[in-house]
Amino acid sequence: MPRYQNIFTRVQVFGHPEPGIPVSTPIYPRFGAPRYVKLFGRFGEAQIGPFYLGALGLASLVCGAFAIIIMGMNMLASVNWNPIQFVRQLFWLALEPPPAKYGLSIPPMSEGGWWLLAGFFLTASILLWWTKLYVSARRLGMGTHVPWAFAAAIWLFLVLGFIRPIAMGTWSEAVPFGIFPHLDWTAAFSIRYGNLFYNPFHMLSIFFLYGSALLFAMHGATILAVSRYGGEREIEQIVDRGTASERAALFWRWTMGFNATMESIHRWAWWFAVLCPLTGGIGILLTGTVVDNWYLWGVKHGLVPTYPAIYGPIVDPSTLPGVTR
Amino acid sequence: MSTRPINQPRKRALLHAIVPLLIGVLGLGGCEQPPPKTAQNGYRGTGMEQVVNPRTYAKAVAALNKSLPEAQPPADPSPKKASQVYQNVKVLGDLNENEFNRVMLAITEWVSPEQGCNYCHNPANLAEDSVYTKIVARRMFQMTREINETWKPHVGDTGVTCYTCHAGNPVPKNIWFNGVAEVNPNKMAGYTAGGQNKANKSVGMTSMIADPFSALLNSKEAIRVQGTTALTTGHVASIESTEKTYALMMHMSEGLGVNCTFCHNSRSFGSWSSSTPQRVTSWHGIQMVRALNSSYLDPLRPVYPEERLGPQGDAPKTFCTTCHQGWNKPLNGAKMMKDHLELNRASLTPIPLPTTPLKRPEP
Repeated sequence: MPRYQNIFTRVQVFGHPEPGIPVSTPIYPRFGAPRYVKLFGRFGEAQIGPFYLGALGLASLVCGAFAIIIMGMNMLASVNWNPIQFVRQLFWLALEPPPAKYGLSIPPMSEGGWWLLAGFFLTASILLWWTKLYVSARRLGMGTHVPWAFAAAIWLFLVLGFIRPIAMGTWSEAVPFGIFPHLDWTAAFSIRYGNLFYNPFHMLSIFFLYGSALLFAMHGATILAVSRYGGEREIEQIVDRGTASERAALFWRWTMGFNATMESIHRWAWWFAVLCPLTGGIGILLTGTVVDNWYLWGVKHGLVPTYPAIYGPIVDPSTLPGVTR
Repeated sequence: MSTRPINQPRKRALLHAIVPLLIGVLGLGGCEQPPPKTAQNGYRGTGMEQVVNPRTYAKAVAALNKSLPEAQPPADPSPKKASQVYQNVKVLGDLNENEFNRVMLAITEWVSPEQGCNYCHNPANLAEDSVYTKIVARRMFQMTREINETWKPHVGDTGVTCYTCHAGNPVPKNIWFNGVAEVNPNKMAGYTAGGQNKANKSVGMTSMIADPFSALLNSKEAIRVQGTTALTTGHVASIESTEKTYALMMHMSEGLGVNCTFCHNSRSFGSWSSSTPQRVTSWHGIQMVRALNSSYLDPLRPVYPEERLGPQGDAPKTFCTTCHQGWNKPLNGAKMMKDHLELNRASLTPIPLPTTPLKRPEP
């Protein structure tokens, strides 16, 4: 027999599925009979469906499918249509941007044209999905915090694949589509521009990334810890501060010296998350366009510590007199 | 009172514990047995250190030491030069006849221990230049001498012998050809320069360009890609050329069994002042490999039979792994040249390649 612990674990209530609230504007029909999945109920809401895709969602999925198919077919072609090699080397395969010689012009399909096309469809898909998020939020009478948070991620995506390549005057600066290839690109990008760790916007981005994880852990832990007093009903606690909220606040006041409120903690979290790609995008955009070597930039601005030359002076051998090679 | 939830029988609890444990153990199956040994090779706090598994290392050293051939006994003095005793001796003619024969015995052991003298010589007439391998071997003697004589900044007093690369194999195990990976045969497929985006062993299983060597170790494309000023001043090196350099560095790292910090302080790969002395040695090594490929190995192409050539019809060439074979000093620093100082005398005038057709060695 299940024991009562708190509201959101263990006990799953199956009754009539929740059909959803009426919305003021007409929408495409929703589809799929709602049903319960017990496994899903262990992690979140047990009710699946009805779904709403709408024209924007459908267009987004179609564009996204085009992008994925173009990438996949190119990868498959690169292993000579061998499905076994496709699976075996999937993590290594990629669709590369055009070589530098084409600049911003339209290259032949086999030399980056497919990359440009896949990038176009992927961007269209993402922007359509953003619009769907925005419209859905408005229809439900919500604030638009989610679409704007998504927009922060889109900013970084566009900087990497669109804005910065245009600023640099060549598509070849953009990221390839592929698992390992995009990681190799990242490492090469940092090496080429003298170590991204000396880029202060990269530092900020990492700060907000790790900060987001920390805040998420702190907030999640706090709410779970006071859920025995109904703390997971956060919105109610904002309006009508109960003992859960009081205890959570006291805990942090006593351990950290300063505490968020039930409302402000969500603003902290939102801004930390949003500032991660926002600052990261600024850092990427400045790289190569303004700063060519972040390490030397760091030296110039007193950011770089000096260490004793334990091997004595090491000199670039190509600068020594008598070296002709 | 039991704290076990009543809806979880003991059997299931056991299952829940064992299955993740098993998966975890399986996931670690590919790992080496800990602990590794770490040796610091830079100022504290810079993270410059080399990681070695002492057990694997001890085994490799033992295997290497066992495989190293004994030096031939020293040659007796003789007033006669090899060139006076034998015909058609073009490179080693300045040795006395006993020294000359000693080198011949050594090279047989180093390069063709199973095939013997006939791998290079026509047994009916040892002086004849009819077998292609003899032409190659002669040029390789000159190359060995050039390495030991003029590339001291790289090979030091340790020097090299034929064995350094050959290690008992007629063809060294680690060589490269142009365009090592298959070229993408599909015209409609996307852009993949130089066989990149495959699992490439030649560059440490990265997805980067499989053949950075023809550009960087045979032609003299720039290896240095980092900007030399803080702000942009029009210096242009593409991400593609950066990946080429990166791929070459992965090859060096794999070939020498070291990581980046053996030579570099990784906070700034380009900075010389924070690098180790090994980077200077390595720089000379790159120049050496370029010189050897362009003056010795590439020009031998017309001599080779078809099966010795690469997929694009080019001659086999050398890179770091050819000699190093996983050791940061080839053969773990074994000083084999000290027993063969005759390999340290320059004799560099190129000898014209024969124009007559050459034979393969008798089986």
